[in-house]
Amino acid sequence: MIYLTRRATFSASHYYWNPAWTAEKNRQVFGRCANKNGHGHNYTLEVTVAGEPDSVTGFVVDLKGLRDVIELEVLADWDHHHLNLEVPEFIASETDAVIPTTENLAIAAWKRLEPSVNGAGGAWLSRVRVYETPEIFAEFRGEA
Amino acid sequence: MKAYFGRRYTISASHRLHAEGLSAEENRAIYGKCNNPHGHGHNYMVEVLVGGEVAPETGMVINLTELDEVVRARVVDRFDHSNLNLDPLFVNRVPTTENLCRVVFGLLKNVLPTGKLERVRVEETENNFFECEGE
Repeated sequence: MIYLTRRATFSASHYYWNPAWTAEKNRQVFGRCANKNGHGHNYTLEVTVAGEPDSVTGFVVDLKGLRDVIELEVLADWDHHHLNLEVPEFIASETDAVIPTTENLAIAAWKRLEPSVNGAGGAWLSRVRVYETPEIFAEFRGEA
Repeated sequence: MKAYFGRRYTISASHRLHAEGLSAEENRAIYGKCNNPHGHGHNYMVEVLVGGEVAPETGMVINLTELDEVVRARVVDRFDHSNLNLDPLFVNRVPTTENLCRVVFGLLKNVLPTGKLERVRVEETENNFFECEGE
């Protein structure tokens, strides 16, 4: 088994706010991240795919194809966008929200990538890691 | 759903690799430059990986601020700008980065407010790193 990882970067804005809580509790739990005018990051997305190298090409997956999937499924909607205001997974109702934390970005990216990556055959999605800064990251491995 | 949250910290510290049970010559042979009697230092990068359920109300495995408080209190403040050989945890334990990695894992494993400590990774330089998963 070989694991192959492709990196991509995107820049986006967000803020953390749970609409079921008071403003005071949001500020207490989320600190500066609760500023509703938002703030932004240069994110790095790492997509790891697992599989056996093809006997003819030697590829686990075609890297250009993987790049195109990442671009189409994730970057097109996330890069240079406001995650809370423009990305469907994170648009809040009056009472509920999936907060665009690094953990939830990793899960959302997985859900967007898995059908195309696994559907291409031969390889499957193994891990998605999202760096919010060089010192902070979250990853999702498809576990329940 | 289970996810993992990782956070990196920097520690600048000095150490000397020297095993008390070995002769001066053996120490020099095994540890080379790292056996210099006056020690030397590194900027260590300590990466802490926490696994657990993503809490729906916060979207988090662990609150970064709370993780920082624990890691700073127990690890960074203890070792940053210090001589590792003089720390009580390195009495009779050579402060190799393998041992530093295990010591850091031990200092953090039972004190996280949420989630489970999955792995500690310590980079001694850009070219070498060590990982401990608590086995």
